[in-house]
Amino acid sequence: MTRRGSATPADVMMNVSPPAGVAMQELDNRPNTDPTVTDGSRPMEPAGQAAFDARRASRQALTRVAAEAFLARTRLAATTPDGFAERWAIFWANHFTASATKFQSAIFLDAYEREAIRPHVFGRFETLAMAAEQHPAMLLYLDQAQSVGPNSPAGQRRSAGLNENLAREIMELHTIGSDAGYSQGDVTEFARALTGWSIPARRDTEAGRPAGRRGRSMARAIVGGAGQNGFVYRPVVHEPGERTVLGQRYADTGRAQGEAILKDLANRPETARKLARKISAHFVADIPPPGLVATLERAWTTSGGDLAVVARALIAAPEAWEPVPAKVKTPYDFIVSAHRAFGTEPQQVQPLRQGLIAMGQPPQSAPSPEGWPDTAADWAGPDALVKRLDWSRAAASRVQAGDPNAAAAAALGLRLGERTRMAVARAESRPEAFTLFLMSPEFQRR
Amino acid sequence: MTRSLDLTRRFLLGASAAGVSLAFAGQAGASAAPGPRNKMVVIIARGAMDGLSVVVPVDDPNYRPLRGALAIEHSLPMSDGFGLHPSLAGLHSLYSEGQMRFAPAVAIPVRVRSHFDAQDVLENGGEGLRQQTDGWLNRALAAMGGLKGLSIGAQTPLILRGSAATSSWAPGGRTGSEDRIASLLQDLYVNDRLLAENLAAGLQTEAQAMAMGGDPRLARNDVAGLGQAVARLMTGPDGADVVALSVDGWDTHARQVGQLQARLTGLDQVVSGLRSGLGEDWDRTVVVIATEFGRTARANGTGGTDHGTGSALLMAGGAVKAGGMIGDWPTLADNRLFESRDLAPALDVRSVFKGVLRDHLGVDKAALDSSVFPASADEAPALNGLF
Repeated sequence: MTRRGSATPADVMMNVSPPAGVAMQELDNRPNTDPTVTDGSRPMEPAGQAAFDARRASRQALTRVAAEAFLARTRLAATTPDGFAERWAIFWANHFTASATKFQSAIFLDAYEREAIRPHVFGRFETLAMAAEQHPAMLLYLDQAQSVGPNSPAGQRRSAGLNENLAREIMELHTIGSDAGYSQGDVTEFARALTGWSIPARRDTEAGRPAGRRGRSMARAIVGGAGQNGFVYRPVVHEPGERTVLGQRYADTGRAQGEAILKDLANRPETARKLARKISAHFVADIPPPGLVATLERAWTTSGGDLAVVARALIAAPEAWEPVPAKVKTPYDFIVSAHRAFGTEPQQVQPLRQGLIAMGQPPQSAPSPEGWPDTAADWAGPDALVKRLDWSRAAASRVQAGDPNAAAAAALGLRLGERTRMAVARAESRPEAFTLFLMSPEFQRR
Repeated sequence: MTRSLDLTRRFLLGASAAGVSLAFAGQAGASAAPGPRNKMVVIIARGAMDGLSVVVPVDDPNYRPLRGALAIEHSLPMSDGFGLHPSLAGLHSLYSEGQMRFAPAVAIPVRVRSHFDAQDVLENGGEGLRQQTDGWLNRALAAMGGLKGLSIGAQTPLILRGSAATSSWAPGGRTGSEDRIASLLQDLYVNDRLLAENLAAGLQTEAQAMAMGGDPRLARNDVAGLGQAVARLMTGPDGADVVALSVDGWDTHARQVGQLQARLTGLDQVVSGLRSGLGEDWDRTVVVIATEFGRTARANGTGGTDHGTGSALLMAGGAVKAGGMIGDWPTLADNRLFESRDLAPALDVRSVFKGVLRDHLGVDKAALDSSVFPASADEAPALNGLF
C-alpha cells in the first residue's frame, strides 16, 4: 500500500505544534514504517531488535504524554468553576469522536480537543464541524488522510483510491444522520470532494535532505503550507470535477469544494433536529422530553446553529431542571463529580485510568466513531456497578477528614433524598458514609 | 460480681491515676530485651461494638432487664462475674490459657456519639476533637524508631498515619455479596430498579467467581484467611512489628443478635488465624481489639441498640501473662448509667494503649505522655506489671 497522500503521526508532529516535544526525539529515532517512503527516497534504518525497541519506546513515550494530557483534562474538569461549560465541551468532543483505539489519532487527542473542539463549542456549529473534520486527529482516525481521488494526478500514477470513511461518518454521525434520506451516491460524491484534505508529511518540510525530483514536486504540491492545526490541502490527490450531494451541485473549487458541502450539511434542518435530540438526551433524559427537543431545535434554527444560543436555551428550559434525575453518570462523569464533591483532584494518571477501564470507559477510547453510548443501560450493567462500588470504597477510604453529611448535602442539594441522607448519617464509619453517598442513586444519576 | 474485688480495683485505679507508680520492674516488657522484637496488632472494630454482648456482665442484676431478648445466654465463663460471647470460642480458650484479658468498660476521652468523630479520636489519640491529624500508633513508631508498621487495607487508617514510614497491604478481596454496604445500598435502591437489580446481579456473579476459586486473592469475607495472611506479613526477618487492621460492621441498630454472632465469629477467626499463622512469634505478640464507643444499655425497638458510650476492650496474645479484668466495672445500676442510658466508662482507652506501648513495646513514659498521647500524663498506663 503506497499512497502519496498518507503520512504518519511523526510526519504531522513535525509540523503541528507538538504536544510532545520530549517524545519527538524518540520518535525521530523510530524505524522507518512510513509507507510513503518505502521507495528508497529515505534510507532504511536497521531492522531487528533495535528497531523494535525504538518503535516500542517511541510509542510508550507518546502514550505517556497522551495519558498526562488526559490527567490534566480530568483535573480541569474536577476543579473548574464552569462545570456546565466543561460538560458541554466534553459532549462535543464525544459527538466528534476521535478515539485512542487508533494509535495514530490517539496521540493527537489532547491537541484535538484543545485546538478543534474547545475554541468552538460556543460558536457556530459549522465552524466547530469544520475545525473537527479538518484536524489531523480526525483525518487520521477516519482515514481521510489516505484518501486519493482515482482521477487525480497522484491517483493516475498509481493504484490508489477513495476512502469514504470520513464522508460517511460526517453524514451519518456528525450532521444530518442516517435517517436523513441520503444515498450511497451522496456519500461517494462527498468523499470525492474531500480528497486532498490531508496532513503534512515529513518530506513536505524537511530541510537538509537532498531535494530529489520527487521531493521538489511534493513540496510544490502543498498549497499554502501546513494549515491551521496541521491541516494541509494536497491538490495532487484531489479528485477533479463537479460533485452532486443531496441534489446540490458543487463546482470544483479544490479544498473549498468539500468545505462547501460540509457547511451545507451542518446547516440542514436534519442536523438541527438530530443534534437537538442528542443534546436533550445527553443532558436531560435518555428518552428526552419532546418539548425540550423542539425548543432546542428552534433555538438552533433561528440562530443559524449558534451553539451559545442553543446552550442558553438548554439551561433556560424547565425540562432541564426536573428534580428527578434520569441519567446515569458515565464513569468519567462519576469520577469527576466525586472529586468535585470531595474538593480533590486526581493526582496520578494510572489509578484514574484503571478506574475508568474497570468501569467500562477507558480514557479517550470510545469504541466507535459514534462515541460513547449515552443511556443508563449502557453504564449501569451488573459488573460495572460492582466496579463502581469498589472504586467508591477506595475513594471513600482516602478521604481523611470532613463530614460526609455536609458533603452529601453540598453535592446533592435538594436532590438529597431522605433515605440517602439517613443512610449517610447512620453510617458506621467515615469511609462507609462516603461510599454510601457516592453510590446513592442521587449521586449515580444526574 | 464480688464487691471486695471491686473496691480493691477501684483503689488501685485511683492510686494509679494519682501518679503513684505501681510498676513491677522485673516484669516490664521488651524495652531492653535482645533478640526478636515484640509485636503488636491493633484491631479496630468500626461501627461501635456492643461491649455488653462481648464481655457479658452475667452477674450484674440489671443486665437482663435492660437487654431483654438481646441478653447473651450461654456466655463462656470468665472471672469477676463476666462471660465471653459464645461466638468467641478461640479467644476464650486463650483466656483459659491466661493469654487474654478484658476491659469491660472503656471509652475514648471525648463524649461524642458520631462514628466519624469518635473513630478519629480513638485513632489520633487526642483528648479532644480534631487535635491531631496523625495517629497515635504512628507516633509510637516514631518515638521508638526501627519498628516496622503495617496497615491492612488499601488505605492507611488514621491510627497509623503520620511521619513514621509504614507500609500497607490490601487483601485484594473484592466486594462480596454479604457485604454490609451492599445490603445498605439495596435499601437505597428501593426506588431505582436498574441500580438495584444490576448491583445484586453483579455481586452474585462475583461471589460465584470467588466460590469457584477463580480469584486467587483473598475473598473479602475470608476472615480466617485474613488473620493468617496478616501473620505471614509479621513473621520472618522483615516481618512487621506493629499492625493496624479494621473489622467493620458493628453498628447493630437492628437484628443485633444474629449480626453480632456473625461479626464475632469472624473476629474470633481473625485472632485464631493470627495465632496459628504467627507460630512461635505469637509468644511475643499482643492483639488489642477496641471500638470507638459502646451501645445503649437498653435494647431499642428494632432488636438492636443505639450509639452509646462505654464498651469493652479485649487484649490477647502469647505475651499476655496474666488473665483477668482490666479496669473497673461501673455496673448497670440506674444511677450509674452515663446520661441514664449508656454503660459509663471506667477507664480511658488511652490508658490501656499506653500500658501496652510501655510494657510490651518499651515506649518510654515521656514520649507516651507528650508525643504519643499528647497531654495525657494524667492517664497513667493501666497495665502495670501485667506482661
